[in-house]
Amino acid sequence: MGNSKIFSVGDACRSIVDGATILVGGFGQPGTPNSLLRQLLAQGTKQLTLVKNDASEPGLGISPLIEAGRVDRLIASHVGLNPLAVAQMNEGRLKIDIFPQGILAEKIRAGGAGLGGILTDIGLHLGSSLVAQLVEVDGISYKIEPALRGNVALIHAERADEMGNLVFAKTAYNFNPVMAMAADLVIVETAEIVPPGAIDPDHVHLPGAFVDRLVLIEEFGPEYGVLKHHALQT
Amino acid sequence: MPYKHRIARRAAQEIEAGQIINLGIGIPNLIMDYLPPGQQVFVHAENGIWGMGPRAKAGQEDPDLIDAGAAYTTVVPGAAFFDSLMSFAIIRSGRIDVAFLGALEIAQNGDLANWIIPGKMTPGIGGGMELAQKARKVVVLTTHVAKSGQPKIVKNCSLPLTAPACVALIITDLAVIEVTAEGLWLRELAEGVTVAEVVAKTGAPLQVPSDALPRF
Repeated sequence: MGNSKIFSVGDACRSIVDGATILVGGFGQPGTPNSLLRQLLAQGTKQLTLVKNDASEPGLGISPLIEAGRVDRLIASHVGLNPLAVAQMNEGRLKIDIFPQGILAEKIRAGGAGLGGILTDIGLHLGSSLVAQLVEVDGISYKIEPALRGNVALIHAERADEMGNLVFAKTAYNFNPVMAMAADLVIVETAEIVPPGAIDPDHVHLPGAFVDRLVLIEEFGPEYGVLKHHALQT
Repeated sequence: MPYKHRIARRAAQEIEAGQIINLGIGIPNLIMDYLPPGQQVFVHAENGIWGMGPRAKAGQEDPDLIDAGAAYTTVVPGAAFFDSLMSFAIIRSGRIDVAFLGALEIAQNGDLANWIIPGKMTPGIGGGMELAQKARKVVVLTTHVAKSGQPKIVKNCSLPLTAPACVALIITDLAVIEVTAEGLWLRELAEGVTVAEVVAKTGAPLQVPSDALPRF
């Protein structure tokens, strides 16, 4: 099939250039595209702007890229579980922009839906320095939050069909569909690639229209498993 | 009973059957252990759960199923999973009946600061700002004073606010305090705590009813 969406991890990620803005799925570890991120580390891609809900934890997710000095800027809602990212920010080596979690998601959705931005009243109390422009609708003040897009999105799905239709699992769903909507090149790692029709069209979480490349996860390292420090102790 | 569990047990009494609640990280999460038995309560988690259950037992964790604080959790029958857009649509549209949050400072008018200490602690806001601003009722669960001994309940917050005038009720290791249009009212005392101690450790005027106060 000449137009197959199925790639090796190396072929899928090779076209990601230095300086790219990359949208990354995941909330904590669930839904984080660890194999694709590991490939970025291996191929040496640098000067990145990453957009992810959180900064991951040391040694996991996007943190190895941050630790290796490959990330210039991180746009996130929460970085509290990664002291290494916070340290780089305090040393001026990593610029971190923080947005309220749902507003971050909606900025990206706007970028993925052909819109220029959103109107929101969240955080108006923080003052003029953070409020670029106010708009009044039915007597309520809102600020304009511009849309956000990436050059690339890295996505983790539970299952894909060869058309690129995706199904996400439990809380590994999170930011994955919205990130996949808002990038020029969308690369998905998945545990399973099934023939067209094997996923009931009623059960597709994200249509393959948004998906460019599928990578079958070859090796499930410990980062895909249960992290003992987040589990109850026996 | 450790004070965190005493706070959580008292906080669970604020929940009514059929309500949708959200539990912040820390003491609020302990409320799961004290939910009223036999009443359907829907626990929402920012990372995409409506109908969260108790934490996963050791050995029964699912790597794809965590709460918003990254701890492995479970769901109850009838639960739903969804993406982050849907999760925050639920929050911002006012579907959360009660949000239980932690605090660095609470002002006498209900201002809440719990997300940043400039130059010291910058974890980011997560979902806290949207929860504090849009939940129908915000209940703060906290120690009465900071580790330094300074009151957390103050006339005016010195830290950047999470949301203005959002807190309805404060439950601490010492007392239950209601935030009203006429200021702070002492409503209940923890076992073994005196009115004088609460007043001394509160950094804003506290009104005390003349009747005997319930204990919790």
